[in-house]
Amino acid sequence: MKRIVQLFVLVLVLAAVPALLPPYYVTLLNYIGISALVAVGLVLLTGVGGLTSFGQAAFVGVGAYTTAVLTTSTSLPGWIAWAGASPWLALVAGLVITGLIALLLGSLTLKLSGHYLPLGTIAWGISLYFLFGTLDFLGAQSGISGLPPITIGSFSFDEGGEIYYLIWAFVLAAVVTTHNLLDSREGRAIRALKGGVVMAEAMGVDTSRSRIVIFVIAALHACAAGWLYAHMQRLVNPSPFGLHHGIEYLFMAVVGGAGYVWGAVIGAGLVTLLNQWLQDWLPRLFGHAGNFEIIVFGLLLLLILHRAREGMWPALLRLFRVKAEPKVVVEGAAALPRRTLPARGEVILEVKDVTRRFGGLVANKDMNFSMKAGEILALIGPNGAGKSTMFNQISGVDTPTSGEIVFAGQVVTGRDSREIARLGMSRSFQHVRLLPKMSVLENVAIGTHLRGSGGVFPSAWRMERPEEERLLAEAARQIRRVGLEAHMHDEAGSLALGQQRIIEIARALAADPSLLLLDEPAAGLRFKEKEALAELLKKLKAEGVAILLVEHDMDFVMGLVDRIVVMEFGQKIAEGLPEEIQQDERVLAAYLGGVE
Amino acid sequence: MSALLKVQDLRVNYGKVEAIHNISLEVGAGQIVTVIGPNGAGKTTSLAAIMGLLPSSGHIDFDGHVQRAANVEKRVIQGLALVPEKRDLFGEMSVEDNLLLGAFQRFRKGHRDQAQTMEEVFALFPRLAERRSQAAATMSGGERQMLAIGRALMGKPKLLMLDEPSLGLAPLIVREIFRIISGLRDRGVSILLVEQNARAALQVADYAYVLEMGAVAMQGPARELADDPRVVEAYLGLGSKHQAMLST
Amino acid sequence: MILGQDGVSSGAIYALLALALVLIFSVTRVIFIPQGEFVAFGALTLAMLQAGKVPATVWLLVAMGAVVAVVDGLARLRDRDTEGLGSLLGWNLAYPLALAALLHAVESGGLPMALQILLTLAILVPLGPMIYRIAYQPIAETSVLVLLIASVAVHLILTGLGLVFFGAEGVRTAPFSEGSLTFGEVSINLQTLWVVGCSLAFIVGLAAFFTRSLYGKALRATSVNPSGAKLMGISPVVAGKLTFLLAALLGVFSGVLIGPITTIYYDTGFLIGLKGFVAAIIGGLASYPLAAAGAVLVGLLESFSSFWASAFKEVLVFTLIIPVLLWRSFNSHHVEDEE
Repeated sequence: MKRIVQLFVLVLVLAAVPALLPPYYVTLLNYIGISALVAVGLVLLTGVGGLTSFGQAAFVGVGAYTTAVLTTSTSLPGWIAWAGASPWLALVAGLVITGLIALLLGSLTLKLSGHYLPLGTIAWGISLYFLFGTLDFLGAQSGISGLPPITIGSFSFDEGGEIYYLIWAFVLAAVVTTHNLLDSREGRAIRALKGGVVMAEAMGVDTSRSRIVIFVIAALHACAAGWLYAHMQRLVNPSPFGLHHGIEYLFMAVVGGAGYVWGAVIGAGLVTLLNQWLQDWLPRLFGHAGNFEIIVFGLLLLLILHRAREGMWPALLRLFRVKAEPKVVVEGAAALPRRTLPARGEVILEVKDVTRRFGGLVANKDMNFSMKAGEILALIGPNGAGKSTMFNQISGVDTPTSGEIVFAGQVVTGRDSREIARLGMSRSFQHVRLLPKMSVLENVAIGTHLRGSGGVFPSAWRMERPEEERLLAEAARQIRRVGLEAHMHDEAGSLALGQQRIIEIARALAADPSLLLLDEPAAGLRFKEKEALAELLKKLKAEGVAILLVEHDMDFVMGLVDRIVVMEFGQKIAEGLPEEIQQDERVLAAYLGGVE
Repeated sequence: MSALLKVQDLRVNYGKVEAIHNISLEVGAGQIVTVIGPNGAGKTTSLAAIMGLLPSSGHIDFDGHVQRAANVEKRVIQGLALVPEKRDLFGEMSVEDNLLLGAFQRFRKGHRDQAQTMEEVFALFPRLAERRSQAAATMSGGERQMLAIGRALMGKPKLLMLDEPSLGLAPLIVREIFRIISGLRDRGVSILLVEQNARAALQVADYAYVLEMGAVAMQGPARELADDPRVVEAYLGLGSKHQAMLST
Repeated sequence: MILGQDGVSSGAIYALLALALVLIFSVTRVIFIPQGEFVAFGALTLAMLQAGKVPATVWLLVAMGAVVAVVDGLARLRDRDTEGLGSLLGWNLAYPLALAALLHAVESGGLPMALQILLTLAILVPLGPMIYRIAYQPIAETSVLVLLIASVAVHLILTGLGLVFFGAEGVRTAPFSEGSLTFGEVSINLQTLWVVGCSLAFIVGLAAFFTRSLYGKALRATSVNPSGAKLMGISPVVAGKLTFLLAALLGVFSGVLIGPITTIYYDTGFLIGLKGFVAAIIGGLASYPLAAAGAVLVGLLESFSSFWASAFKEVLVFTLIIPVLLWRSFNSHHVEDEE
């Protein structure tokens, strides 16, 4: 509610600006708004998704040139002539073209590890810029002039004070929809990109799709900005779409706080004003004209990277002591449908002759074991025995060199961990993989990813709220179940390491698994917490969930599990009931070692 | 016996989480001291802090030098060496190059006795001599561990810190590594040994510490600790009801 | 044939730059966008010396040296560690000032070209380690992306300073030797021979450095396993500075070589450097031989396209990166992010 009031006040203030300020400032605000639109896209792409682009100015150019060509040319070929009828139709055409280019570039570069993308963006940023300046039908260096103004009905956005409203309407829409998107199932999937591909995929997130989605969204924002720019100037030429402007947009996002949507607006404002001011003063200082402001920008950028990598927005929030409001969990939300668990005693997992080599190293050799629904099996053995490798192969992170793994009746060797998650397997990690800045509730909600279906568009416009309520209610239910309700709205990174492991279990449970893989769940827990964890696992077992755990705490294991598989040097050296394992000579030797 | 390494009230924080609190330990000249304890007790973190890889608070005194800023380079020059759990060899480089790089700081300080030191290392690990020009990445687990120890010895350290040298190695190799560790003590190298294979560690060590939850839970002469039933619980996590079976 | 010659000589320059970029990336993870600025600064500083003026870049050296001396000096005092304070002040304060004094004392225009080149190197090469110290060392542990944004910042600063120092005018330096060699039908420009010869000499020298000297091996070790290298006392700071020193040397010398062939402006370096990048990416930012081969390919593509479709020269060169990335993405196995 508070948020809507704040937004309303902001709209009123923005609406009053052209009446109160001289035209010079209105023009400045127009530029700020257009830049902010591009920067909001970068917040999503770079700040949240961790993908850096220096080439956004080129997408701005695509938007501007598309509309310029379509609305001024008198000799359009028939199939596209419809788009020249109105700037609005040209906007649609521009968005389609930009979307296609972004899809193409994205699918080429996004698969590669981090640093190729920014380099690629630099390259096409330059490429497209030179292209704008050389193609004749784009007017080469002199560009295209005589663009019509944008109209709605009979109203025409002619003057700076008029298009101002259009620009800021776009900015507000972008800010609000981006906010909404980030605060949704899709948004959590996007934010999970920063927590590592392995975790996100294990929760069923299609990370390549998420990357492409944000890349395309950011490009579309840039395209819309270009469209507004072209119809504000009523002419286009190549110079505002060069690489340096691409760098400037990124600069705006970083200055404002790359992870914060409002940071983009603040950053665009600061950088545009500073730019204006420096361009006035520096040439006087140096005695001749030139783009000296880049020295100051460079120094500022370095300073920000060294001293305040978070940017301005979080600093402002701290200054005014603004705290994020805790999310509302609607207790009455209908429970999500449950998976039908296999009948107790039915075989759910089979590991057959699995061998995994890394170069000359044999990490797993001829491993064989199976699990039944409603059974707790422990995988034990000294460090380096190959337990984690086994875990990774079962969950699809790694693929066996030879052998086969069957889960829920299907051969899963060689399949993505995402697909395996869909079949009902969920896991925790030995090295905790949470998003430390997100609340416990949101972290656990990532686990519900596969149980919802709200897409990008419904999320941006809040049409998936009923489902979102159910997902959050489910996450809250799992948090209560593991006994962390007191910390539901705390940042996950602020909890003790043992509790973070428990959050991971809650996240895994939120996926409603039929097989739960737990990697050292009891490490770092106090005695009482261990007891509570054991109780929880027993309850799950009673419900028919199968649990495979790697654990070093023998007290915990012996009192809890049904069977134990012991590994050493990548091989199974024993299998049996806890009592049998405790008497096994080979097991004792493996654990105790010895030099005699 | 005078203390070569003296650590007092060592603390290390990872962000908001305190990884180790208040660890104090000593290594006397010519001693093997072992640190044992369950996974996550802070053994590796302690070694990293002593080596200067991590910032820490508390006092670290090595060979008469009080350590201030975390600075690995300085500590290497003063005679500290760490063989990490992952070995951290230079995979695509030859055995000889790996060893030579172990003497990097001595070379920088003007010492030119690398060839001789390398012969000494080869005498200790004849297997490495056979594989001088082989790339480190192509060697077996045991050979890699030998190379990692050999590389550390190239810097002629006064104190050698070993993190889980037996990790993932076959029993025969483990035995050899431990034989070499006690051999090194006889040549005057002091050793701080972090081990999971507690029985082996307690057999070679003079003194031992048991870490739990980032703090020293027990300490004493290695022979005494080896007979202490609580030790079994600490490193294996086996509860009292399983002790009868383990002490057989 | 002329086109081939042009292509090979610019290819040789791109190769030097690509090698520097691969070196910097593999040791420090920095994607060093400003590498091209060393090229422009090299050519323009030499031009100023040849014109008998004191190059303004020497004041940049003095200023950056002072910053390093203050920052590092204070850190040493805080840690009560006075060892090496002398050499810190010597290299960062005394040396730049002495060089500035020398440049004021001599009439540089009349010096033999070899000495002019030496002075150019003496002014510019120490900037490499200083840039590492000021811009990158404080954030050395952060992600590749943060380092990349820092690179863009350094690029902006250097380009702007280039405009302040050298103005917007372009220059050409005097060639090492005039004229050309003629073999029957074919005539080869002597400067082209210089470019190719010097580049080859540099490449051979670098290869020897990395395989024979302990310092070269230490740099390789740092790129193979940074944590292992750290344990050997090969400090990442020393490795970083040494790498930047080599990269600056390669860049400045490239500028000196290319100065007589191409007109160099204060902002020419950027495009030249980026073409080095295209080559380095062909080598996956990891392989030296592939990067060198890529550089020659870029050089040839550029000179042929400037003949056939000169307007699209830059477009073609930078569009080359897209098939290259495509090829890389098909060849790279599923890269995981952790462990």
